[in-house]
Amino acid sequence: MAIKETIDESIKWAEINADVLRSLETPRKAYWVTLAICVIMLFCGIAAETYQYNVGMGTAHLSNPHYWDMYLSSFVFWIGMSHSGTLLSAILLITQSNWRKPIYRFAEAMTTFSLLTAAIFPLVHLGRVWNVYWALPYVSDRGLWPSFTSALLWDTFAIITYLCASVLFLFVGMIPDMAICRDSATGWRKKLYRILSAGWTGTDKQWRNFRQAYLLMACFLIPLAVSVHSIVSTDFAASLNPGMHITSFPPYFVAGALFSGCAGIMTLFIMLRYLLNFEQYMTLEIFEKVCKLTFVIAMVWSYLNLIEFASVWYGHDLPNKEVLIFKATGPYSPIFWTMIFCGSVLPFTLAFKKLRRNLKLMMAVSLLINLGMFAERWMIIAPSLSLAFEPHQWAVLWPSIVQWGIVFGSFGWFGFLILIFVKIVPSVSMYEVKELVYHHRRELFHWDDKFILGIHSIDLQHKKLVRLVNELHFAVSYKRGRELLEKTLHDLSSYIDLHLDYEEKLLIDSGYPDFDKHKKGHDLFREKISSFVDRHNIGDETVQHELLEFLKGWLTHHIQGEDAHYVAHIDESEHKDEN
Amino acid sequence: MSIKNLLENWSSYRRGSEGGGHHNYEHRWTMSINLDQCTGCNACSTACYAENNLAVVGKERFERGQAMHWMRIERYWDQPEEEEYPSSGASFVPMMCQQCGSAPCEPVCPVAATYHTPDGLNAQVYNRCIGSRYCGVNCPFRVRYFNFYSYYEDAWPEPLNQQLNPDLSVRDKGVMEKCTFCVQRIRVAKDEAAMDNRKVKDGDVVPACVQTCPTSAITFGDALDPESEVSKMWESQQVKRHTYKQKKKDPNLRGYRIFEEMNVEPSVMYMERIRDEKV
Repeated sequence: MAIKETIDESIKWAEINADVLRSLETPRKAYWVTLAICVIMLFCGIAAETYQYNVGMGTAHLSNPHYWDMYLSSFVFWIGMSHSGTLLSAILLITQSNWRKPIYRFAEAMTTFSLLTAAIFPLVHLGRVWNVYWALPYVSDRGLWPSFTSALLWDTFAIITYLCASVLFLFVGMIPDMAICRDSATGWRKKLYRILSAGWTGTDKQWRNFRQAYLLMACFLIPLAVSVHSIVSTDFAASLNPGMHITSFPPYFVAGALFSGCAGIMTLFIMLRYLLNFEQYMTLEIFEKVCKLTFVIAMVWSYLNLIEFASVWYGHDLPNKEVLIFKATGPYSPIFWTMIFCGSVLPFTLAFKKLRRNLKLMMAVSLLINLGMFAERWMIIAPSLSLAFEPHQWAVLWPSIVQWGIVFGSFGWFGFLILIFVKIVPSVSMYEVKELVYHHRRELFHWDDKFILGIHSIDLQHKKLVRLVNELHFAVSYKRGRELLEKTLHDLSSYIDLHLDYEEKLLIDSGYPDFDKHKKGHDLFREKISSFVDRHNIGDETVQHELLEFLKGWLTHHIQGEDAHYVAHIDESEHKDEN
Repeated sequence: MSIKNLLENWSSYRRGSEGGGHHNYEHRWTMSINLDQCTGCNACSTACYAENNLAVVGKERFERGQAMHWMRIERYWDQPEEEEYPSSGASFVPMMCQQCGSAPCEPVCPVAATYHTPDGLNAQVYNRCIGSRYCGVNCPFRVRYFNFYSYYEDAWPEPLNQQLNPDLSVRDKGVMEKCTFCVQRIRVAKDEAAMDNRKVKDGDVVPACVQTCPTSAITFGDALDPESEVSKMWESQQVKRHTYKQKKKDPNLRGYRIFEEMNVEPSVMYMERIRDEKV
């Protein structure tokens, strides 16, 4: 199937339902292969952990000074990955970015399952796992409470809270889709969906409650996500080791988390699109937006890295400086430079449209970015511990196959959970896609970046004009009544006057040479509009569609034509004013 | 505790036990190690192994850094070009838990398995430890040791297990441990003193390393007893507690504390080795 640009505007609701529900049925061969690989990886992990549990932590080749190694770094990596869903679901919901609608479901699932994967590691890395419940604040018969001064305990609370909130958010967001599934399912599946859809019938009141609840949860989840990863960063920032005891760790970790989350979304996007035949909905336009977002976050992360290095470099703290030099030139340097390359250099491929559209390349890029981020988490722990204060205990120790096996197994666990999820829950949100298509259809005039001139005030006014034209179109096409029509028409004509006057004043002030010609064009436009309004006022019904077509055509040509001409002139005059 | 009580005694509570605050310490166990007398013979380390049921882990595990030597002799060569490096020219530093007054290992344990005793010791509670190893990560001296394996399974085959010290436990895997200043001997001495209705005298408590050192390089005692040998040593070296920067009147005095500037308040004073020329 050819790579689609945008979702087809004329698509029917039933078709959306059918396409997405089909993804829940018998999967294609590639799905089984991927699932088998994930299960094998998971078994490797289980075998390694069984061995480690029975024989002792020494099998992981942990030591004094390497008390922490890849277990903690994997833990942080997976918590970081969990920020993908929060970013796409919650933050982009608040910014009203509609392009998130077809893809946020699997991103939100990624959050929940990353957290479940991260939850393995506090268990795996403890010496006495069977006593892990002592870290929970329960009323014990000995009156013992956990130590609230410990960052590891703050982690416990933060992650449990985040997991509960994410699961709730995912579950609530699914309810309308679960109702669609319930209505088309049979047998045990029908029972399951009936429970999950929580009695949804799609009434107005239910939709209103739903929207409120979802928005509230999104607002709650965003500060929670930021705080969770900041708390996780204090595991390191609150210790005294050089290279770990850095003040900028909380924002650095959050930026890294958003970064690896976005790269994870890219990976899953390409995978699910292929495995579940979602080419119709997971369009290239959306993918490009994800890539651009990843690029921006990559630059933020790179900047935070740079200031960390810079502050170590010009500071007087010798141990910190030694650790940084050790990271860059010591035995860990290949991993360090992999992190730099994958995190700061490779994302530049996301800045080029041609490369963004090459899905195979983007799959590789997203996987490499996450490799870089994994390396980053590892490089926070291992070199700091290798070169801490006590010189006698400076030592480099590499993880054993047991450690690698468990880390490997965690990826298998994550993949396994995602693959099972996409077969039970539709990974494209049907009701949101319908909303997206509906809103798109409503618009007569689609605002595009090509209409941006670069003069902020003019661009804002043009945007508002377009919006008013669309509102008029909505009032006309969907027969929303006389009152709305009159109001919209009035708003539009008065705003047109406002805009034209503003533009003319701007041109006079800047001494635009072709002003007379431009004004003539405006005057013709004013005449045309007033003739339309007159015809409307005497009761001519056909004028509305004509007016809309005229406006659409005129705006398109005028903005890209005559208005574009004066842009260069305005810029020049502004610079002259500054000088 | 009432608010009134808290406000009245705020400055004393805020300083806590270390700043001369409200805690009434009975003892404050302290050590002094004379690096000039230390020959690096490792007798103290061996004695510690014997006294505290420490397992000998074998060459492979030792090289990997999984050894259990609560007391270790660190060797440093500060003039490798001069002497016949590495066969001679080493300086030796016996390093064990410094029983820090403001121990960085204490607040970071998630289950509060390590705490500060009224004796001035940093205690590790083996039963409570779940093995997160945060305390080990946060110790600047790296003197905390983790039971990476169940050493007891093969470290003492019959009849070696008969020489284990019954006064303390043999630890299972997954638990952190470290030097305790031979707390089992401290407890015995205190019990005997209580039975005789007297106070613990200087010389009643002798940790294994102190007992074994052939040059008497290690001195141990109660810093709260002004007549004890160790108090007099700290006095003579003008090393004060509750500070992270010593101000001495005589700059030739050799006494110092390791990593003192990190404000961890160690209970061990080292006296620098006398050298031919300035380092």
